Amino acid sequence: MKRLATATVAAVMAAAPVMADLVFPSLSYRTGAYASGGIPFADGYADYMTLLNERDGGIGGVMTRILECETGFNTEKGVECYEATKGEGALVYQPLSTGITYQLIPKVTADGIPLHSMGYGRTSAANGKVFSNIFNYPANYWNGASLVVNHLLELNGGDIKGKKLTLVYHNSAFGKEPIRTLEELSKKHGFELTTLAVDHPGQEQKSQWLQIRRERPDYVTMWGWGVMNQVAIQEAANIRLPMENFIGVWWSGAEIDVLPAGDAADGYKAITFHNVGDDFPLFDDLKTYVVDRGKAAGAGDQLGTVVYNRGLYAAMLASEAVRAAQKIHGVSDITPAMMRDGMEALEITEARMVELGMPNFGPSFKVSCENHGGPGTGAIAQWDATSKQWSLISDFMATDMSVIQPLIDADSAAFAAENNITAGCS
Amino acid sequence: MLYRESGDFSETYKADSQTFPIKFDRYRYYAVLIVAFLVIPLVINDYWANAVLVPFLIYAIAAIGLNILVGYCGQVSLGTGGFMAVGAYACYKLMTAFPEVSIMIHVVISGGITAAVVTVFGLPSLRIKGFYLAVATLAAQFFLVWLFNRVAWFYNYSSTGQITAPDRTVLGYLVTGPNTEAWSKYLICLVFLTISGIIARNLTRGSMGRRWSAIRDMDIAAEIIGVNPLTAKLSAFAVSGFFIGISGALFFAVYLGAVDVGESFGIQKSFLVLFMVIIGGLGSIFGSFAGAAMLVLLPVLLKNILVGALGWDTALAAHLEFIIVGALIIVFLIAEPHGLAQLWRVAKEKLRLWPFPH
Repeated sequence: MKRLATATVAAVMAAAPVMADLVFPSLSYRTGAYASGGIPFADGYADYMTLLNERDGGIGGVMTRILECETGFNTEKGVECYEATKGEGALVYQPLSTGITYQLIPKVTADGIPLHSMGYGRTSAANGKVFSNIFNYPANYWNGASLVVNHLLELNGGDIKGKKLTLVYHNSAFGKEPIRTLEELSKKHGFELTTLAVDHPGQEQKSQWLQIRRERPDYVTMWGWGVMNQVAIQEAANIRLPMENFIGVWWSGAEIDVLPAGDAADGYKAITFHNVGDDFPLFDDLKTYVVDRGKAAGAGDQLGTVVYNRGLYAAMLASEAVRAAQKIHGVSDITPAMMRDGMEALEITEARMVELGMPNFGPSFKVSCENHGGPGTGAIAQWDATSKQWSLISDFMATDMSVIQPLIDADSAAFAAENNITAGCS
Repeated sequence: MLYRESGDFSETYKADSQTFPIKFDRYRYYAVLIVAFLVIPLVINDYWANAVLVPFLIYAIAAIGLNILVGYCGQVSLGTGGFMAVGAYACYKLMTAFPEVSIMIHVVISGGITAAVVTVFGLPSLRIKGFYLAVATLAAQFFLVWLFNRVAWFYNYSSTGQITAPDRTVLGYLVTGPNTEAWSKYLICLVFLTISGIIARNLTRGSMGRRWSAIRDMDIAAEIIGVNPLTAKLSAFAVSGFFIGISGALFFAVYLGAVDVGESFGIQKSFLVLFMVIIGGLGSIFGSFAGAAMLVLLPVLLKNILVGALGWDTALAAHLEFIIVGALIIVFLIAEPHGLAQLWRVAKEKLRLWPFPH
């Protein structure tokens, strides 16, 4: 066993060049009930880093290196992956799992490594005064909940009093996250909220949809992931729920979620915090430098899908944070602590996005110590079953921060009190 | 050769009935203890603690607990995951309600609370047996997970339903929370495992263990010779629950630090621990260790070989891992239906005679 460990270390060291590199651990899941989302995200993340290496020779002259570790969306394996990768100079963790994020929040803070939970994880981590190493820009679940309600308001001319909204959620920390915001919003706007939990992995949802059929809510929203999405959309089609009244969170709005239901899924909506499709100059570069050179991650068949784009976007934000860190500290081979500073000083402008070949791909924003959560804007995307494409049907809209901010402050204050953290900016 | 028994005489009854009557066995046991307590803490790092040794120690406690119920008393249980959740949530409530009390005491009390809960769920065993009992404990599994999801009091009304372990110390050293040193994490689990192992070993070879075995082998006959099935069965449930509760408390507080009940204590956990017991060997304390070691260490070992040393694709490696672990389980069970413990027993018998088998 011990000898094996030494052999392993030796092999890794032999594989890695002696020169410095920027290590990005990718705690991916290409197996299990959530692989349908895990594969495209990991591919997008890896492809963007490969592109930077192939086209620009890394970031600021230092090559990037992806360190992939399979978690299977399982917390215990996530811990194993974290311990296995953190010693190699891992710059930022993006576990793509709310459960693993909760697990890692105290650990990365103790180890001084930043964690970026983009659109998932603990929402109140947006308060950087308490969560020094955790970032969740550009949007979080509570923004998502508000986006859904804003969309309903828009559909109903600003008045949704007495309307019934049902939340179908994955029975875990991830799915429970929006409930508090939705409750606050239902008080504010006077709509009726019911919640229906679906247990892991979500293949069995007959009783939940039977209840929806009986109660006939005006709208249904869903916090689902992996196989749960496909089942829910199929079940919604079976009970003839009008698809335009069914709105998923950004984790429930990929091609693979709607394709199994075929034409019945036409009109299904999902919120998103970044743009969809492959109509961006960046994809030409990806084709030339990554796909055509045979360096695409995985099977290489995910280009341009919704979750692949999210992986690209996450990698882009990470690489921009590296650039910011390199600028602040004046060295190109940065440490995790410098990476944290870079993430906190990150500024994304539309001009920079155009430069990167991603015009109008995501919002412009600036991270600060007070706000690790970004602008919290998002748009509504709709599925067209005939052309098999997602398209945005709204602009990127602001969310109701007058409801969300007090919740963030209260929850982060509770966390700070529980863990004896003095809130403040260093 | 290895077991040179000549000159190894037992002069008192006490010496003859000790746990390791053979001198070589006894010294090997002391050597393992010395290495575990004095050598490993000095060389252990975060990876070995969090990915390998701590889960192994904790699962070994759970396997001992389940082995008492299934292996010694013959009562099938599929509720281990739910029972571990009872230990974890009890520990969480105690840790947050009485922060000034030592975590060691909390873990032991959590074991006690779990023992009480498991005894209640063990009541049907007086009327039903075999598959029917398995279904009753399966119901316990789903009920408990539902309960901890549903009743907000158990997770102190946190918005996500997760429970997070606060920092606690033993003798001034942190044992829970993110700043815990690898060695203190390891040692606290090792202490609990050692004590659990000693208690379990002595219970199972004492009069209580004999009553359990009698019930397991033939309950009517046991009743006729004077074994009270009520106390025998319920005591097995209680003792088993105590160890499972301790493992659940350590699993949450020391190993993971934050737990989501559906994911960490789901039905998969029940099956995992049951597999450990079956592969290790029913009715054997050593088997509990061996089974836990095999199912915890083998996947990590395979991952390190396939991904770390050979540099294979992670998804391919993960799938191969399932295939290899599954195949090995089948091979082991065909080669030795009584588990790793029986393999060890046979090997030991051979070694005692070797090199002169006749």
